Amino acid sequence: MDAVQVAIAERVAEQHRHHGKAQFFWVWGALLVITGMEVYLGYQNMEPVRMLSILMALSIVKAALIIGYFMHLKFELTRMKWITMCALVFCLAMMCVFFPDAFRIIKYGVQ
Amino acid sequence: MADVAVQHSVAAAYEPSLFGTYSKKIGMWLFLLSDSLTFGALLYAYSYGRISTPNWPTPFHSGSIINATFMTAFLLTSSLTMVLAVRASVFGRTKAVRLWLLATMACGTAFVILHGREWSRLISEGLTLPVFPAVPGAETSKEFRDVSKTVPQFPATFFGLTGMHMLHVTLGVVYLGIIALRKKFIPILLGLWLVAWLATPAYSPFHYGAHVLLVAAIVCTVILWLKPKVYDSSDVEVAGLYWHFVDLVWMFIFPLVYLMSTRII
Repeated sequence: MDAVQVAIAERVAEQHRHHGKAQFFWVWGALLVITGMEVYLGYQNMEPVRMLSILMALSIVKAALIIGYFMHLKFELTRMKWITMCALVFCLAMMCVFFPDAFRIIKYGVQ
Repeated sequence: MADVAVQHSVAAAYEPSLFGTYSKKIGMWLFLLSDSLTFGALLYAYSYGRISTPNWPTPFHSGSIINATFMTAFLLTSSLTMVLAVRASVFGRTKAVRLWLLATMACGTAFVILHGREWSRLISEGLTLPVFPAVPGAETSKEFRDVSKTVPQFPATFFGLTGMHMLHVTLGVVYLGIIALRKKFIPILLGLWLVAWLATPAYSPFHYGAHVLLVAAIVCTVILWLKPKVYDSSDVEVAGLYWHFVDLVWMFIFPLVYLMSTRII
């Protein structure tokens, strides 16, 4: 790495030094608890759409914890958070365009 | 027309980084964003099939869910050990970095082994793909007798999605092995390839899948030969981003694929 990159990397490392170990154990514990809740729901034989909604909500919470704390995005610059997450959410949301077709098939059959 | 004089003696002036971090990390974030679209497409394909197929199979019973829960716990624990490796690296504790990375690799390997066991069970019971060789002497269970014909989307999307994730975990373990042990990891990797290749029966998809380790060993040898270096805290952090991403993707595969196709009996 050139000198500029080394200097930036050292600044980033300095940010990491300020984070205590405890918060990582808390996040890990929370992720395990949420996983336990998901498994409990799996044993409840709930109606699929309701179960899917709850599971996706819990998965998004888990994803936020992993991205924010483990991947350190919570501590990055605001513009980095917004650009990366907005681009990702937008692209993934665009894929939802296929779902009306899936509902059409289940309602009318394959035509 | 006068010639333009170009001065080469002026010191290069750099703009500050837009994202306030070093290039390697931004490069990894860009890769992960593109890779998340790959997994996004596979997850959407699975969900599309799930919605549009009324008789979607529910092959995952209590045993599979317990197995997948342990796999999830291993991945979550590996993320914790990875973040502790990053923390140790910024304090310059080389030995601790290596130990945490090895712990992360152990959890990742446990995940792959448990996942491979699950695949083997499903294949031997008859949930398979046309490209997989037939298991000699195995009888198709009543549950899977018609699945491959009536709902071919299920095995195709299940093996496609989980296979892609397993490949990412395997390559992640190799990546961490190179960061932790550098050249010393190459003979270990070749040993793992031989064990995975020779210990799996010829009809198992892992018999051929094991060659991924051989390809990885060749690629890693070339990289280490072209650019030998001591990996610093920035390299550990970038490897950690990749590892956490693999963990993150599983947080969606586990509920969507396993818990939504569960029938507790």
